[in-house]
Amino acid sequence: MARYVAGRLAGLVVLLLLVCVFTYLIFFKLSPDPALMICGKTCTPDRVAQIRASLGLDKPFLTQLGDYLSGLVVGRDYGSGPNLVRCPAPCLGYSFQSSQSVTQMIVDRLPVSATVAVGAAVLWLIIGIAAGLLSAVKEGSWWDRTAMGLALGGASIPNYVLALTLQYVLVVKLQILPFPSAVPFSEDPLLWFQSYLMPWLVLATGYACLYARLTRANVIDTLAQNFMRTARSKGLSPALTMRRHALRPALTPIVTIFGMDFAALLGGALITETVFGLNGIGKMAADSIAKNDQPVIMAVTLLAAFFVMAGNVVVDLLYTGLDPRVRVS
Amino acid sequence: MSELLVVEDLTVTFPTSRGPVDVVKDVSFAVGRNETVGIVGESGSGKSMTSLAVMGLLPPGATTRGSIRLDGAELLGRPDREMRRVRGEQASMIFQDPLSSLNPYYTVGLQIEEMYRAHRRCSRKEARAVVVEALTQVGIPEPERRAGYYPHQFSGGQRQRVMIAMALVCSPALLIADEPTTALDVTVQAQILGLLAGLQRETGTGMVFVTHDLAVISSIATRVLVMCRGEQVEYGDAEQVFAAPRHDYTRMLLESIPRIDDEVVL
Ligand SMILES: Nc1ncnc2c1ncn2[C@@H]1O[C@H](COP(=O)(O)OP(=O)(O)OP(=O)(O)O)[C@@H](O)[C@H]1O
Ligand SMILES: [Mg+2]
Repeated sequence: MARYVAGRLAGLVVLLLLVCVFTYLIFFKLSPDPALMICGKTCTPDRVAQIRASLGLDKPFLTQLGDYLSGLVVGRDYGSGPNLVRCPAPCLGYSFQSSQSVTQMIVDRLPVSATVAVGAAVLWLIIGIAAGLLSAVKEGSWWDRTAMGLALGGASIPNYVLALTLQYVLVVKLQILPFPSAVPFSEDPLLWFQSYLMPWLVLATGYACLYARLTRANVIDTLAQNFMRTARSKGLSPALTMRRHALRPALTPIVTIFGMDFAALLGGALITETVFGLNGIGKMAADSIAKNDQPVIMAVTLLAAFFVMAGNVVVDLLYTGLDPRVRVS
Repeated sequence: MSELLVVEDLTVTFPTSRGPVDVVKDVSFAVGRNETVGIVGESGSGKSMTSLAVMGLLPPGATTRGSIRLDGAELLGRPDREMRRVRGEQASMIFQDPLSSLNPYYTVGLQIEEMYRAHRRCSRKEARAVVVEALTQVGIPEPERRAGYYPHQFSGGQRQRVMIAMALVCSPALLIADEPTTALDVTVQAQILGLLAGLQRETGTGMVFVTHDLAVISSIATRVLVMCRGEQVEYGDAEQVFAAPRHDYTRMLLESIPRIDDEVVL
């Protein structure tokens, strides 16, 4: 088991390295020269050369890539002499736009994205699984058909439509909720909750619909298994039969899907965060793309890749614990 | 002989798009204590539906008529709550495919234990001791350790042994075995058959043995019920039925058996 985990982690590192190289190639080699952008309108060739040198852009590509990677692991220095700036590990460089440390920007914004992701996940898990379960148990009923019809429709509403509609109805028209603002929980819990409620709802809707359909299908499939007939033939109570024999086999595959969905969300909900003006990783990504802020684009890409790949490893490890048939030798 | 199970004019009906269909029609038979009765018939003849009707486990939508009396008490029409006490405690069942009949997510020990605890007031520790004893009885080696194994960690024959251990853990008066050896290798079939016959004799359990293999019936059953398309075509003493089949269908079944030496089976 320990060797399996070590192997998976090593694989994770190699994959991340590949993603690094690939994204670096795309964002720094194939994009417009950042020195020209930083330099602005009143630019001289000397000034451009100076900026290029201070950013290390005058060096060969492989050296630049090497510096970036070593910056991630051990930190790096920018400039020289009195202008020397020390960027501690994990160094993701400085924003061309704001000159802020990209690492610091991520540290500041990650809690917002995490709050959005966790809240939405709680909502969609509870609603999706409960609705799916009820549908499966009452298969073919009025409830089942209504819920599944809604789930089919709900899953196909684009997030921005939902976000703008909710915002218009709840904030502008009915004025039930304030305009979202990034207050920390400790300052004003109520406002905090009200601010996050819409993003949670928007993100949770699509997933809840998906999970309801998934849960329903899995539970119906499990209820038809031979071992359910065995459980009934043993004289077990319906509650125990359902809880022990049906739920675990039916819900275990959902853990995998949930892990992947949640990990992807941690990398930022671009549209939702932008619509509601939440300063999370998603909004940071959107802003950096709009302004071609390469170090930030690079960083959010790496971060998202990291979450997805790490989520994959976590889910696989979890699965070996949840399904006895998947044991590693 | 006092009869343990008496089935009279049992009819099982399913609603279908082409109207109601009787998958079991007016079937009557009886099983004495300490007796094995065979039910034979080709695929789809209603053997499983007859067995499931006795257990009260027919698929939703099925309706029943007639009478099923276990130990003199009528089972048909009993609410599920009451049938639950019958299942496992007075009558239990083993199925054709032991792998899919066991829940892959739980150890076999737990699956036997939960059945015992559903019917007997006892601590988990006591139940565990019973589980080990039950596994020993069906010839599982190292039963203490194997109780902690999952179904996929056993061979096909061992899985069926586990099913048998589970079915008998509450010492039911009646055991229904629905093609318990069909999914197994020939040599393993013989072992399982031998085990079932041995345990049946030892415990005095009444057994309904469902199969489409007449050779198997002749080696373990005293009475036999031959079914064809839901109807009972022959019922009586096994030796007599085999020696002088009165119905063409039975004759056809008999002729379809390749000659087997009965000695090999047991
Ligand atoms: N839910 C159902 N609705 C309608 N008909 C059904 C249903 N389930 C089973 N049947 C029919 O009942 C008949 C008897 O089925 P049964 O399972 O008892 O056969 P069997 O003798 O056990 O066959 P096998 O040897 O293949 O197990 C079959 O013709 C089958 O098509
Ligand atoms: Mg059958």
